[in-house]
Amino acid sequence: MITAGIDMGSRTVKVVFLEELKVDGAPQLRWGVKGKHIMFPEDLDPDQAADKAFEDALKGAGIARDQITRVVSTGSGRKQVKFANADVTEVGAGARGAVFMCPTAKTVVDVGAEEGRGVKANAEGKVVDFAGNEKCAAGAGAFAESMSRALQLSLKEFGEASLRSDKTIPMNAQCTVFAESEVVSLIHSATPKEDIAKAVLDAVASRVCAMVRRVGIEDEVVLIGGMVHNPGFVQSLKVALGVDKVHLPDMPEYISALGAALIAADGEAA
Amino acid sequence: MIANYGYKDGSGEYYISIDTDKCTSCTAGRACLTACPKGMFEIITDDYDDEVAAVKQAFRRSLAFDCTDCKPAGGYTSLPCSAACTPGAIKHSW
Repeated sequence: MITAGIDMGSRTVKVVFLEELKVDGAPQLRWGVKGKHIMFPEDLDPDQAADKAFEDALKGAGIARDQITRVVSTGSGRKQVKFANADVTEVGAGARGAVFMCPTAKTVVDVGAEEGRGVKANAEGKVVDFAGNEKCAAGAGAFAESMSRALQLSLKEFGEASLRSDKTIPMNAQCTVFAESEVVSLIHSATPKEDIAKAVLDAVASRVCAMVRRVGIEDEVVLIGGMVHNPGFVQSLKVALGVDKVHLPDMPEYISALGAALIAADGEAA
Repeated sequence: MIANYGYKDGSGEYYISIDTDKCTSCTAGRACLTACPKGMFEIITDDYDDEVAAVKQAFRRSLAFDCTDCKPAGGYTSLPCSAACTPGAIKHSW
């Protein structure tokens, strides 16, 4: 059996195919990732983006559409995936995927382009408690991306630059717009770029941490979403959360799609 | 599951928490739907196929303003939503 999870995010579309494995004597190895694909649908209509990403993913994995038994969509654009059999929220999918990858972690921190959220999950990956921020973009990847543009750095350079700073510059503005004006002020006062980068990522981490505190921080935290690729943000978040173990799973941006594929498999088995 | 709907901004933290485990066996007859003067609640089917209460999407980023009339300054001594929800599933963070 092969199931598919498709995560229609605000910036990217992620597809994961999950295949049921038959590994004798190892029930924990029940599922394996058959294929994954990410697409940046810059010029595509959102309705077409899901189709295009799915077709590309099938081609990449070398499987036919009729081999897929069930498709579950997630993400902010999950309702736009017309061919999905069902949809789940990004909260439920993220928790399921994160606990599958890191079974000992119960606190899931998901920071994508549009939104960050904290989720407490049980051992089965079911959501126990969650909090997000419906209004503010200052705790999300798009804010970091926008600030990296203001500093004329690539996202990769931005994250690495922040690691070279040991200064703590507080950013007082809660709002993205005002935070950007603080960054401009710092640029004008000739503050080194690495210090500004660290200030921005500390601010994002602080916003995310405030949400996670609402659900409670357990000893082991798993961080998912595209922001995991930013080493500066990961470091800032570790400090803000004050926990020793922060798991950084492989393919962090695919975890919600993986969770959706797992939920698809659960539905097929039920 | 505790679902926290809302946001934190420069003026404070505004979340409505709903203990959805109490919604599945609601003994208040879904009173939250009619108790809120602005009709901010709805019943949704969550990811686990349970019918639970949720704050409508349109209100999630303006709770500080939308709930103002039901706070003490508006003449209320208790929140209509929390009071109507006799199982005690609905709480405000502010």
